[in-house]
Amino acid sequence: MSSLTDLSMLELAAKLASREVSSVEATRASLQRIAQVDPKVRAFLRVDEPGALKAAEASDARREAGSPLSALDGVPVGLKDIFLTEGVETTCASRVLEGFVPPYDATVVRLLKEAGLPLVGKLNMDEFAMGSSNESSAYFPTHNPWDLTRTPGGSSGGSAAAVAAREVFGALGTDTGGSIRQPAALTNTVGLKPTYGRVSRYGVIAFASSLDQPGPMARTVGDTAALFQLIARHDPLDSTSADVETPDCLTGLEDGVRGLKLGVPREYFAEGMDPEVAGTLRASLEELEKLGATLVDVSLPHTKYALATYYLLASSEASSNLARYDGIRYGQRAKDARGLKELYTQTRGQGFGAEVKRRIMLGTYALSAGYYDAYYLRAQKVRTLIREDFTKVFQQVDAIVSPTSPVPAFKLGAKVDDPLSMYLMDVYTLPCNLAGLPGLSVPCGFTQAGLPIGMQLLGRPFDEARLLRIARAFEREHDFFRRAAPV
Amino acid sequence: MPLSDFQTVIGLEVHAQLLTQSKIFCGCSTAFGAEPNHHTCPVCLGMPGVLPVLNQRVVEYAVRTGLALGCTVKSTSVWSRKNYFYPDLPKGYQITQYDQPICEWGELVIDTPSGEKTVRVRRIHLEEDAGKSVHDASASAGQSLVDLNRAGVPLMEIVSEPDLRDADEAVEYLKALRDVLVYLGVNDGNLEEGSFRCDANVSVMPKGSTTYGQRCELKNLNSFRFLKQAIEYEAARQVDVLESGGKVDQETRLWDVNKGVTRSMRSKEDAHDYRYFPEPDLPPLLVSDALRDSQRQSLPELPRAKRTRFMGEYGLPAYDARILTAERPLADFFEACAKHVPDAKKLSNWFLGELSRLLKEEGTPLSALRFTPAQLGELLATVEKGTVSANAAKDVLGEMFRTGRAPADIIAEKGLAQVSDVGAVEAVVDDILAKNAGEVEKYKAGKKSVYGFFVGQVMKAMKGKGNPGLVNELLKKKLGD
Ligand SMILES: [Zn+2]
Repeated sequence: MSSLTDLSMLELAAKLASREVSSVEATRASLQRIAQVDPKVRAFLRVDEPGALKAAEASDARREAGSPLSALDGVPVGLKDIFLTEGVETTCASRVLEGFVPPYDATVVRLLKEAGLPLVGKLNMDEFAMGSSNESSAYFPTHNPWDLTRTPGGSSGGSAAAVAAREVFGALGTDTGGSIRQPAALTNTVGLKPTYGRVSRYGVIAFASSLDQPGPMARTVGDTAALFQLIARHDPLDSTSADVETPDCLTGLEDGVRGLKLGVPREYFAEGMDPEVAGTLRASLEELEKLGATLVDVSLPHTKYALATYYLLASSEASSNLARYDGIRYGQRAKDARGLKELYTQTRGQGFGAEVKRRIMLGTYALSAGYYDAYYLRAQKVRTLIREDFTKVFQQVDAIVSPTSPVPAFKLGAKVDDPLSMYLMDVYTLPCNLAGLPGLSVPCGFTQAGLPIGMQLLGRPFDEARLLRIARAFEREHDFFRRAAPV
Repeated sequence: MPLSDFQTVIGLEVHAQLLTQSKIFCGCSTAFGAEPNHHTCPVCLGMPGVLPVLNQRVVEYAVRTGLALGCTVKSTSVWSRKNYFYPDLPKGYQITQYDQPICEWGELVIDTPSGEKTVRVRRIHLEEDAGKSVHDASASAGQSLVDLNRAGVPLMEIVSEPDLRDADEAVEYLKALRDVLVYLGVNDGNLEEGSFRCDANVSVMPKGSTTYGQRCELKNLNSFRFLKQAIEYEAARQVDVLESGGKVDQETRLWDVNKGVTRSMRSKEDAHDYRYFPEPDLPPLLVSDALRDSQRQSLPELPRAKRTRFMGEYGLPAYDARILTAERPLADFFEACAKHVPDAKKLSNWFLGELSRLLKEEGTPLSALRFTPAQLGELLATVEKGTVSANAAKDVLGEMFRTGRAPADIIAEKGLAQVSDVGAVEAVVDDILAKNAGEVEKYKAGKKSVYGFFVGQVMKAMKGKGNPGLVNELLKKKLGD
């Protein structure tokens, strides 16, 4: 072990418990690491040093006083800038929200604060979570710690990069079409997109309400499970929040995969996959088999419609969700606008970036009178078919295994001018969002060039514990976590 | 063809604010008249990240209304977003119900000159109100202010079929609907404060036709009078257009109160495309059998049924029954008083006369009345017995109204009791007749009109407290009648 920041969250929690280190020391280490590497990685939009240190001191004081502590009390983490933080500027990486200081905390932020985790700062992302490379951030792109000329993926790329670069021990992201899993795969980290409704969306800036789901990103499966358990709570402030028990994902985490049936969907291993990714996945599947799982060839026949369905529905909802950014009440307002219409068009014209505008236009069109039936309504019907595909397959298997991303991290700028090829980055991850299922990405290897590759596990609704158990069985064989990014 | 050859066709869309303490999707107060933006929170301000949480009371009220109007209450209905940009619409969309409202197909019976008429209610749906833009003089030049106190106040929209055939029917329907809502306790019926308001869809067609003409929507009619005037003006306008060979355009029009005309607000061409779609932040709205049953069981007797009962049970004329049943507290109070007063018509006269006057003059709500039904019964019995005159009883009632003191105490204190002692009255009568011997002669000679003079003199001498019956009786006896 070289330094404090190389520890996993659970390892640090153990050292905090044994008083070997204090939360203030861990938080300072995290802040130092940020000062050292973030000028290269550029994961942070804002670092909240005073806030983080204050929370760390409070955690240490509680420990000193023998007060009750959470499992991760005192472990510093970062937040994607999509989560509202009371008193700390939150922009969703958009110019339109520049200067916006929320008057309240997102439910998950409140839960982390209550659990005593110092919140180190706000992490970069694609503007309003629209993108797969962090390049649509209004501020700057984040770099992949494994190769600074490459993207960490998106839209939770800032969170993934900060975790991979050892700037924070863990982070929260959101996943609308793969935005936690895809960057996790591209940065050798673990990312869990929980079942829709498992984690509250209250105070999470909405992109596509029926698909968005906050989730944990960490370096190990155990850390991911521990962080997940802190935020998986029923929330009366979110009407789509499920009233189910908080899962225990740590007990049984080491139980292995013996006897489990794992579905391998034909449609996910079709053309378009990078050969190195394909090869590594094949090898990983064989390993799972050796560990005692049974692989089952399954079919999800409507997969080919998922991408179009996703972009219609997500954009439709986004076009409506983003209407509130009009310059009237908060954020930026166009300065020279005369009259109401000009105020709207100039504020939004100046405030939103190209990708956001593209999706607002797509969504507005899909919802328009005369096109609604052909686009939005039809997409809803296909969504039902996609959901049914999964329901059928889960009658035969316990989980589904696939690649997370068709390609490893690509060069910054490589796809910026080709939105359609960028959209293809989510082709394996977004069916899970359409179906509302839990999905997880776990590191499964590296390319020749040393770029991380991720394996995706999909599960039945509320079956996150099983996905974590499978991921852990695989992780135990490799310890990819010990391989640090060369930043 | 003259106006009389055309048939007007009207459908009403009524917006009623539900009488909940808090807003439809957050906990903010719905109280009227607070400082601008006082009753707001991140949710109703449309802050980033906020989510709506449905106020269950709103559902109860809608179910209650649906049942009272004989609607089918849907066990599953759906929330939708209606998207448009406006400064007083914080989220850039309104959460409303669109193609799957909570209640459908009910009816409301109204009175028309030609008898009862059943008006079909097509749908009842729920939605949130928007805020208010203020373009007033106190703002600096060119500035507009936004008050979001109303944003998120729960509204129920009740849409009728185009079953109404003239302005009077429309007014009758609106009044009957208001009475029902107020009875149910779901709305305060206050048109002035906008908590009960109405849009009218008006068209005309040649009499005998079965095809409706092109309709215009008249927006925001906030009084019964404006509704009548606007419909009558608009129907005549449309007939004029057709008569002069023109075509009625589908458009939204406003009633100009000052000029007494409707004028175009927007045409179909610049109508909004609201891009409705199901609200993803709210699950479908489920109404359980248990909720429906409990609301059905607690439905009050509605105004129309109550009116019929008042006519039968108390033998009241239709006019009295209608006024007494127009508001539930008044009807309830009448019934409470009727237990203590044998003659319901006499009681009704007091209600329609003196009590209404006091309520209006003092601005006191019935709920704040200080006297009890038993006390009113006591007062009326006192009048019946002749202990006080009807005029004096009015003063007593006024005092009871203001202080809640017992009528007997007031009568005693003010010395209002009538003198019914035969000896006492007789002495005065004798005295007056003796003092006016000349007039007595005239009377006996046949000038009967002098009689009133004697009564006046006796009453004057007795400071108005002589029992009128006794005074008459004795006068007539002494005058030899
Ligand atoms: Zn509110």
